[in-house]
Amino acid sequence: MDKLLQEIVLDNSDEIIKKWLGEIADEKMNTKSLPVSEELFESTNREFVNAIFSSVEQQGSFDDLHDFSERLINLGWPLSYLTEGMQAFRRVTTNFILEKSENVDTEFFKQVVESVDIWVDPIVNFLVSEYSGSWENTVSLQRMALQELSAPLIPVMEGITVMPLIGTIDTERAKLIMENLLDGVMKHNAEVVLIDITGVPVVDTMVAHHIIQAAEAVRLIGADCILVGIRPEIAQTIVNLGIDLSNFPTKSSLQKGFRSALEITDRKVIDLKKDEKKIEKILDSIDKE
Amino acid sequence: MMDIQFQSFIPIKKEWDIVAARQQGRDMSKQIGFGSVDQARIATAISELARNIYLYAEQGKICFEILDDMEHKGIKIIAKDDGPGIPDVGKVMEDGYTTSGGLGAGLPGIKRLMDYFDIVSEEGKGTEVTVQKWLR
Ligand SMILES: Nc1ncnc2c1ncn2[C@@H]1O[C@H](COP(=O)(O)OP(=O)(O)O)[C@@H](O)[C@H]1O
Ligand SMILES: [Mg+2]
Repeated sequence: MDKLLQEIVLDNSDEIIKKWLGEIADEKMNTKSLPVSEELFESTNREFVNAIFSSVEQQGSFDDLHDFSERLINLGWPLSYLTEGMQAFRRVTTNFILEKSENVDTEFFKQVVESVDIWVDPIVNFLVSEYSGSWENTVSLQRMALQELSAPLIPVMEGITVMPLIGTIDTERAKLIMENLLDGVMKHNAEVVLIDITGVPVVDTMVAHHIIQAAEAVRLIGADCILVGIRPEIAQTIVNLGIDLSNFPTKSSLQKGFRSALEITDRKVIDLKKDEKKIEKILDSIDKE
Repeated sequence: MMDIQFQSFIPIKKEWDIVAARQQGRDMSKQIGFGSVDQARIATAISELARNIYLYAEQGKICFEILDDMEHKGIKIIAKDDGPGIPDVGKVMEDGYTTSGGLGAGLPGIKRLMDYFDIVSEEGKGTEVTVQKWLR
């Protein structure tokens, strides 16, 4: 029975394809969801329906569908295009077989629906799993990128490392800050770490607590930790909250913090041009006389 | 910026809802005319209130209201939940009191950040904290 129905469908593929393309075009009129040219839409539809037929013909082989869906995923076509296309195929094919057949009884009707389901359902499942696989992949890649971004540690010079924090700190990020800080101090052999909170919009007790804990942990492994970039309004709210940062080195700006870090590591910055400038000035004033 | 209504609320269910509530409070206080220090105070107070809901009551909401009585302008924020409630309200207002290993500076801190503070809590029923800040 299934073979027979399959034959009807394959023998009349031209007609079914024509009907299917008509339905899909109508649906596009309704949704207007795809921002693609008419030509691309038509050629994609053709490819899609050919891939469906090749799967029906080869009894559930997904080779063509695989190539096709991979391309659509990369181009960013929505999954709904494919699922709606498969629903249209189910409708068109069922109607076509029923119209072609004489004396349709309930038994026959059931058979047709079942057979079409056997072709359509595995394709839908396959397409959905291709799509969700690619989403999971994207999500996990983005997550990794975000993790790297959320608590970066920059070794500025020997012994001095900076962690610039930008954006909201939630519990997950607070954990990352601690981990990256401790890993980084060990890896770069840092003597001083500057935590820059210029870019943190709100410092509430939770954020303060995590920063204090991170700094204490850094101290435990033998490095100094300086909190820099405390904006005036943040300084005020910290005081209002009653958070005591008095036994915790802080500096208003990264520059000032960096200067302290140099002192701690027995270094200072000297201006090599300074003497030259003095001589230039003297020469200038002699010229003017 | 979105059009801000006279009254609104943000449901607190996930951690990131805290950020949404804070943003709403900041937008509203900017619109009322608060300066950057007061905006930071208000945003921080909201952050504390919303985090307490998220941590201790699991869910609730933060309601916002613009106050305008001809002479003053200000903002009123109400944090409401149907959580476990607080057995001893006097105790949680002490600096450093915490049941979660936190800093215990949230509630007493909010009181210092704002001009008006009121807490009503019943064990097994829930907690409601009302705060206000006036524009000077
Ligand atoms: N909405 C609430 N529902 C129940 N308990 C609360 C609520 N808010 C605060 N608490 C209790 O009050 C204590 C003190 O809160 P808080 O001052 O914010 O400090 P922290 O959150 O750091 O513990 C909390 O540890 C908790 O036991
Ligand atoms: Mg708290």
